[in-house]
Formats: sequence, structure tokens, C-alpha cells
Amino acid sequence: MNLKSTTSSISDFFYARPKLKYYLPQALTIFFIVFIFGYFSYNAQVNMDNRGIDFGLRFLGEESSFDIQFTPFVEYDGTKSYATAYLVGLINTIIVALIGIFFATILGVVIGISRLSPNYLIAKMSEIYIEIFRNVPLLLQLFFWYFAVLRTLPLPKDAVNFYDISFLSIKGLYVPRFIWTNGQLFLTSIIASIIVIFFLLKFFKKEQEQTGKQYPKFLISLTIITVLPFLTFLIGGVSLDFEYPELKQLSKTIYNFKGGISIIPELMALALALSLYTATFIAENVRAGIEGISRGQKEAAASIGLTPGQTLKLVVMPQALRIIIPPTTNQYLNLTKNSSLAAAIAYPDLVLVFAGTALMQTGRAIEIISITMLSYLSLSITISIFMNWYNKKIAIKEK
Amino acid sequence: MKKMFKHLFSFFAIFAVVMLALGTESMAAKKSKTLKNTIKKGFVRCGVSQGLPGFSNADASGNWTGVDVDVCRAVAAAVLGDAGKVKFTPLSAKERFTALTAGEIDILSRNTTWTLSRDADIGLTFVGVNFYDGQGFMVRKASGITSTSQFKSGLSACVNIGTTTELNMRDFFTANGITYEPVVFEKADEVVAAYDSGRCDTYTTDKSGLAAQRTKLSNPDDHIVLPETISKEPLGPVVRQGDAVWEDIVRWSLNVMIEAEEYGINSSNADSMKTSKNPQIKRLVGAEGELGAALGLDNDWSLRIIKQVGNYGESYKRNIADTGILPTRGPNELWTKGGLLYVPPAR
Repeated sequence: MNLKSTTSSISDFFYARPKLKYYLPQALTIFFIVFIFGYFSYNAQVNMDNRGIDFGLRFLGEESSFDIQFTPFVEYDGTKSYATAYLVGLINTIIVALIGIFFATILGVVIGISRLSPNYLIAKMSEIYIEIFRNVPLLLQLFFWYFAVLRTLPLPKDAVNFYDISFLSIKGLYVPRFIWTNGQLFLTSIIASIIVIFFLLKFFKKEQEQTGKQYPKFLISLTIITVLPFLTFLIGGVSLDFEYPELKQLSKTIYNFKGGISIIPELMALALALSLYTATFIAENVRAGIEGISRGQKEAAASIGLTPGQTLKLVVMPQALRIIIPPTTNQYLNLTKNSSLAAAIAYPDLVLVFAGTALMQTGRAIEIISITMLSYLSLSITISIFMNWYNKKIAIKEK
Repeated sequence: MKKMFKHLFSFFAIFAVVMLALGTESMAAKKSKTLKNTIKKGFVRCGVSQGLPGFSNADASGNWTGVDVDVCRAVAAAVLGDAGKVKFTPLSAKERFTALTAGEIDILSRNTTWTLSRDADIGLTFVGVNFYDGQGFMVRKASGITSTSQFKSGLSACVNIGTTTELNMRDFFTANGITYEPVVFEKADEVVAAYDSGRCDTYTTDKSGLAAQRTKLSNPDDHIVLPETISKEPLGPVVRQGDAVWEDIVRWSLNVMIEAEEYGINSSNADSMKTSKNPQIKRLVGAEGELGAALGLDNDWSLRIIKQVGNYGESYKRNIADTGILPTRGPNELWTKGGLLYVPPAR
């Protein structure tokens, strides 16, 4: 009796104050979040004060005084600042993420489609591939590929020779470096031809919709993109030279290549492991997407005379993509974040260079880890924004 | 709306009071918090390497041995009376300082080089040197290289991350005008594996480390450590900044081991040395003077170190010489025998 009256008085209390009932839980939530964040940052500050550590980002301007193995696109050596070292790490992370996403997507789509193939052997092989690669931890796969790659590749002296212009050895893949004269003009002509092709394709599509007339789109595009740049090559004084890698002897048994561009084995192993691993998940997404389209759609397409290829391209895929894209975005994000395992096999990514060497040399753990986390967050958000834009573009336009 | 802000304000007021209370509690200065906590816990928390033979290495049953390990054992013997009361935490080069400053360990005894920036910058204090080392290079014998002067541009060098090694290597190659390719790994085992497979032409780290890691290669005899030393690497135990008493305990635990060797006191004759005529020997075994009290310990602290862990020479012989890593003492000989080991007197 007593209890009942208390309960009812509490609910009465709130019943009479609907605004309080509405705001109190929210205020409590805000208080809790602020308290947690405040407590942690305060605690960190007190502890850092006690131990004589100060907080600041000035170290970013200091000379890094360590070298990095792989620094494409950025001029870097030990005399540059920590900020430059950060940039090198970030770019290396982006490079491996882009390569990984590219190959994982291609492989994933191929495997996903072949898993639904009526050919028993192809379907079964795809299934076995998926089951093996998605169920072994990525770090183990990474070590496997790295040391498998290292142990199977020959020493530079006996490098695999591709027509004397490219060499594959344990020190990496050496390819010729392009040295352009008037390269700008050549690039402009390529961009120009792409724009021309874009508008031509639009015109062809319109023509087909209005008159039903079909043009050999592929052939015309190919002609434009080869002929136009070729003409600038002849007329515009554009020339291309190559700097070929050369084998040099450093001691009795030590050889290495000089010149050209080197693609280090760490990058190859990391890109390989990331692509093979992520492709399995993308393949499953693709399969789910295709199986999500009802049979009737395919039968209807066949009944109006579309070929199986056309059915896949015009009827199934546009609808399947809506199912495939959102989970695939997740896989792209995973791949980008997984690339931080690079540190284990000496690929100089953001974690190895910045959250590794730079952190150790400066001892600024809180600053560097915060910057690194923010960098991965920004990368992930960028990918999300792009994929969401694409997803919206292909979504059903409801009228 | 107004009411809500009023509520929020009172929440913040409470929040501020709570923060202040917590703050004053944690800022209150205490005399050697570390010593107090160690006695309360009943063991010394010691950070060691992930496996470097001779310095800190665990056997199959998890027993740690090595000269770095012995420093922690000495502190345990001095503070807790039992050299076995140590909890070892294996740390990577990258984690070690954070583990110490964050208070996960109380002594870092992990072949760590004493440098100005580490000592001054990041909340650490180096207490002494228990091994004088220097960075060197290992190459394949077949390469024909017998000296670093034969190095040429284009070499690739395998190295461990987060160490002074990375910086010394750059200094050395830059000073000699050699361009090189640094291949940086997070763990020593991967460095060894990559060097072994031929990914790198040379492997560089402290010479003691090279000697120890060489034993892990598939054919140790195919490799040589070049004679040149390109850096000074005084390795020693580290403690957190701001606990002077604990710092002194660790420093003098190490010093006692070295001085005991100097005066010929070892684990087997320590008890009999109590009746020695030499007052310095008597002080070292606690038969004279009040050295322990100055550190907040009892007077048998140094005797326990010598009896349970041994003097520096015994530790070196047991861990480094007898295991075939570095048969000769080199710079790690006593100053009286032409080495660098010279510690302030315990008196």
C-alpha cells in the first residue's frame, strides 16, 4: 500500500511536469558524456604534469632525422620535418588502400559472379577460395605472403627479367621511370579526348533512345583516345624518355638496381594480402546482391530478347548494386583500417612512420596517437561520403 | 529552456566539485609512492625485452634470465628480500617508455640507450649503465665486405623500429655520403627473418644485439659482425621521473653489484666477508655503517643482492660469456682491469 503510493507520487510528479520528464534524461546523458570526457582529459593532464610531460604540436616542425624507405610523391629525407614524415606515412597509407580497394573490387566482383556460375568447377573453386581466405586472420596471411614473397623471389643478381626494362627481385619490382618533355600537353590531350568521348557517349545514348540506332561505341572511343594523344605526340613536340633500372654491383655478392621506380616487396605483399582478404567479403556481397533480384526479372529480360550479358548489365546489376554498395562501403573502410597492419612487415605507412618511429623519437604519445586516429577517421569519412554519394546516385529515384 | 540551463548549470557545478576533489587527492605528494606500492604488492614490476639472449630472455618454462633481468632481481632482493619476487612484462621498443610513464611497470631494464632527449624530455630518469655497447653492422661473409668503408650506395639495411639505431644509421650513412634503403620492422624476429631471407644486405643494431640475434639465423657461421662501432650505446635501467627515493634504490642496487665485484665479494663468499678487515667490504655486506637506512631499507639489503643475484661479474659470466654471446668483457670490464665500469663508492 505504502509502496504503491510512493510509485504513483513519482509518476504524478513527472506527469505534472512533462517538460522535466522530457529534458531530464537528455540532461543526464549530456552530463555523463561531459563527465567522462572531462575526467579522462583532466586525469591525463594531471598525470602528464606529475611526470613532467608537456603537451603541444610544436614538435611537428622539428627535424625528423630518420629516413624512410618508400617516399613517392614527396621529397623526403631526414632533414625534413616530422610534419613531412607524417605526410609520407599518410600518402603511403592512401596508396596501399587505393591499390587494395581496386584489386579487391575487381576480384570480389569476378569471384562473386562466378560463385553463381552454372559451371560446377568454377562455382566450387570460388567457394573454396572464399572460405579459406576469409577465415584465416589477416595478420597471418600478411606474414605468409610477405615471407612467401621474400623467399620465392630471387636475389637482384638473378632477377626475373622483363625484356631488360623491368626487373623483379627480392628488393622489389623495378620499372622504368618516365621522363616527359612537354608532358603537360600530352596530359591535356588525354583529358580532352576523355571529355569528347563523354559527350559523344551521351549523344549516342540519346540517339538510341530516340531512333533506336546503335553505334559502335567502344571502337569510336578507342580511336579517339589513341589518335588524339598520338597526334599531339607527333605535332606538339612531346617526347618520352625512359630511365631504365640498371644492375649495379655493390660488393662481391651484393647487387642492387639503380634508377627507375622501385615497388618494394612490402607494398606488394600488403596489397596482395589486403586484396585477397577483402575480396572474399566483397564477393559475398555481390552474390547476395545478385541473388536478391527475383528470378522473374531475368526471365522477363530473356523474354524480351536480351542476351545473358545484357540481362546482367542492364537488368540485374543496376538493381543488385543497390544491395551491394552499402556493405561494400564497410569493406572499403575495413581495408583502409586493416592497412595499418603494415607495421608488421616494414611497409612505411602512417602507423609505422608516424605512430612508430616519430612517436618513439619524440615521446609525444598523446599528440601523435590523436593525430593518427584523426587521420584514419578522416580517410574513413571521405570514403563513406564518396560511397554514399554513389549509392544515392544509383538508388531508385522515386517519383 | 531557461529551466534546463539552470539544471545544466547545477550539474556542471557538481561536476567541478567532484573534479577538484579527485585532483587534490592525486596531486598530493607522497614520499616514494613506488616503494610503498611495491611493498604492498609484494613484487617488483619490471619491463624487459621480448627476448634478447643474454639481456632478457625467457626459457620454455617462463624463467627470465639476463643481465637486464638481474638488475630487477637485485632491486627485488633489496626491497622485498627475495630476488624471485619480480613480475616481468615483455615490451617492444615502441611500448617501453609509455609502459613506464603510464605506471604499468616501475623499472624499465630493457637494453635501453641513455640519451639526453630521453632523459630530459619524456618523463624518464636513467639511473646508470649496466652495459656499454655500440652500434655495429652484420653482413654475409660471402659478400666480401670486411669493413664499413666498403659500403656503397644502394645498400638496404634491416633495422628495428623506435630505437636510437634508426638515427645512428642515418647519421653514419649521411656522413659517409652513402644512400641506403632502411627496412624498418616492429619486432626483432621479423628483422632477423627478413635479413636471413636476403631482403637486406646488412642488419644493424647494438653489437651485443647482433651477437645475440646471430644465433637465431639459419646459418650463423655465414655472417660476420663488422669491426667498426658507429655509436656509443650506454644501456641501463630507467625509472619514472619524480620519485627520487625509488630512483636511488635502483641506482644503488646496480652499483652494489658492480662494486661487489671490484672488492671480490661474490654470492658464495658474501657471508664470510662480514668479518673482513676492509671497512668498505664490511659496508657492502651490511656489517658496518647505515647505508640501508639512507635508502629507507634495512641494512642487509646489499648482502641479499650479492647472495641472491651475485656480483656484476657473476651475472655477466652466467648470462653473456657462458652462453657464447660475447666471450670477452671488452668495455664492460672493471675500471681496475682496463674497462669502463666505474661506479661511485657505496659509503
